[in-house]
Amino acid sequence: MAASIAATAAVPVIRVRGLVSRFGAQVVHNGLDMDVVPNEIFGIVGGSGTGKTVLLRTILGLRSPDAGTVEMYGQDVQRLAAVDRSSLVRSYGVTFQNGALISSLTVAQNIQLPLREYYPASESTLEELADLNLALVGLAHDDGKKFPSQLSGGMVKRAALARALALEPKLLFLDEPTAGLDPISAAAFDELLLYLHSQLRLTVVMITHDLDTLFLTCSRVGVIVDGHMITDTLDGLLQNQTPWIRDYFHGARARAAGGPAAAKDTHG
Amino acid sequence: MTVLELEGEGDDWRLHLGGDWSLAALTQIEAQLKHIPGGLHGTLVCDWSRAEHPGIGPVWALLLHLTGLGASRLGISHTGDPPHFLELLQKLQSGEHAAPAPIHDGPSLEESVGKVGRWAVLQGSEARAVIGFFGRIVTVFREMFSRPRALRPSSLARHLYETGVTAIPIVSLIAFLISVIVAYLGAQQLSRFGADIFVVDLVTISVLREMGVLLTAIIVAGRSGSAFAAEIGVMQLNEETDALRAMGMNPIELLVVPRVLALVIALPLLTVVADAMGLAGGGLLSLLNLHIPLPQYISRLRESLSPTTFWSGLIKAPVFALLIAMVGTYRGMQVRDSARELGRLTTVAVVQSIFLVILADALFAILFVQIDF
Repeated sequence: MAASIAATAAVPVIRVRGLVSRFGAQVVHNGLDMDVVPNEIFGIVGGSGTGKTVLLRTILGLRSPDAGTVEMYGQDVQRLAAVDRSSLVRSYGVTFQNGALISSLTVAQNIQLPLREYYPASESTLEELADLNLALVGLAHDDGKKFPSQLSGGMVKRAALARALALEPKLLFLDEPTAGLDPISAAAFDELLLYLHSQLRLTVVMITHDLDTLFLTCSRVGVIVDGHMITDTLDGLLQNQTPWIRDYFHGARARAAGGPAAAKDTHG
Repeated sequence: MTVLELEGEGDDWRLHLGGDWSLAALTQIEAQLKHIPGGLHGTLVCDWSRAEHPGIGPVWALLLHLTGLGASRLGISHTGDPPHFLELLQKLQSGEHAAPAPIHDGPSLEESVGKVGRWAVLQGSEARAVIGFFGRIVTVFREMFSRPRALRPSSLARHLYETGVTAIPIVSLIAFLISVIVAYLGAQQLSRFGADIFVVDLVTISVLREMGVLLTAIIVAGRSGSAFAAEIGVMQLNEETDALRAMGMNPIELLVVPRVLALVIALPLLTVVADAMGLAGGGLLSLLNLHIPLPQYISRLRESLSPTTFWSGLIKAPVFALLIAMVGTYRGMQVRDSARELGRLTTVAVVQSIFLVILADALFAILFVQIDF
């Protein structure tokens, strides 16, 4: 906990101010603020339709905000020149909800795709780098030769992570990394994430519904409620009396996940 | 700029790493790694004190290269603030199975013969699959008599609209233009013999027997054949067809038969439209270019027609429709796994259905001549 409090003082990697997102008459974000500091694992939670993925897409510059600013490393994402934008894009890795691996390429080719685009290296080196990234996420050399359709759900998530890591990002965005995984695979993914986070000194922004993942990995959590974000440590959120947050963290599923009680032991 | 420098002799080596060691410098680093001589032994100390922004990829390449160089005779150690992930990489490397590169020889005789054999077997099994597909369609058709619900009227109506009604403008335009072209070029030749009036025969017979139906079929193959393949193909990729099967519904009945049936109904109707527009085009050109008044054009048209001319064209339409719809839906059902397959099979669907239509047209031509139809 002490680490995350110290980190709060640091310059944010991502700073969102007054974000408004509208779809027709429907207002999803209404003046949302968010800060992500270096070297933390930041979880984003919220009910269905509260715009978690929209927020992620806005931060990534895939969608323009209707009002407000999004800064990454102090640069306004919307106002970047094409050149700066391209170098910014290279500085982070993203995994999408369904993996979004290119279906006509093998896993190894998927990993090599961004490397090949930006850093022309020899075939043998690219091969080595693909192996390295596969090994980092716990996949075998032979898995690299498979096509995405031949992989299990857990392997798709790992392969997508390997591709996101290929350009050696300092910042990683994960959209529901453990959704659709069995609890054992999900736990293994959590451990992998923690391991990579400590070894590669990554900053991670993660959308997740998985309470186990939240309790195990996240140092701070942002909850989207009524178009705003309430950011706190897990301990803080457990004390929070906002109805949705209370239901979320004290509901039957949270208790089943060993949520509040267990969390007090480990975090308190 | 040099990123690495080897120093020392005998059993004592020191590798100075300097400059940019990030992923961006990978190409350069790779090239310089090749200059490290092989056959080193003793100890090698990597000095990281002057390396800037070391990246995981380049460091990994260095580690692999050094291991490849010295095998077991070289003791490698690191000094001078090595990158924080070095330990991780070393751990990965020691756990790494040396994956031997597969050895590629040229294709042997055995392989080449085997390839031909595999191709032949593949063609055989594909032919069987096509016949099986046709059989399943026929089965559904037969069921319809005992179970009218299998007809799916709403789906049929949608496909009739999409393949038939929306195709009317383009089919009309093309039939009109082609018959104008035929009449125009024909008139150039025939007027030399003073046989202008035979332009009417030329237009009538060519449009009604061949052009009308063939052009319509080719346009529909391009429009609807590709749409069938792509639509069903995407459903395959999204596992929608599997979902239907799992709910006990037959994708052939739900997806294939309505499309086949709709096209078999729509294509003859479109052919009638094309025929009419073709004759109109011929009439217009005769009027403007050859000064044949409309009543004379129509009476000449009647004389040139034998009772079978119109039907010999129209009768081909349902057959062409069946070919186009079956090829389109069959290729759509074949889509598996990837977006590339979808594109490939959509292309195959259009090319094959056009080819089959023209092949069938040739067979019809021979048949009609033989039976004097």
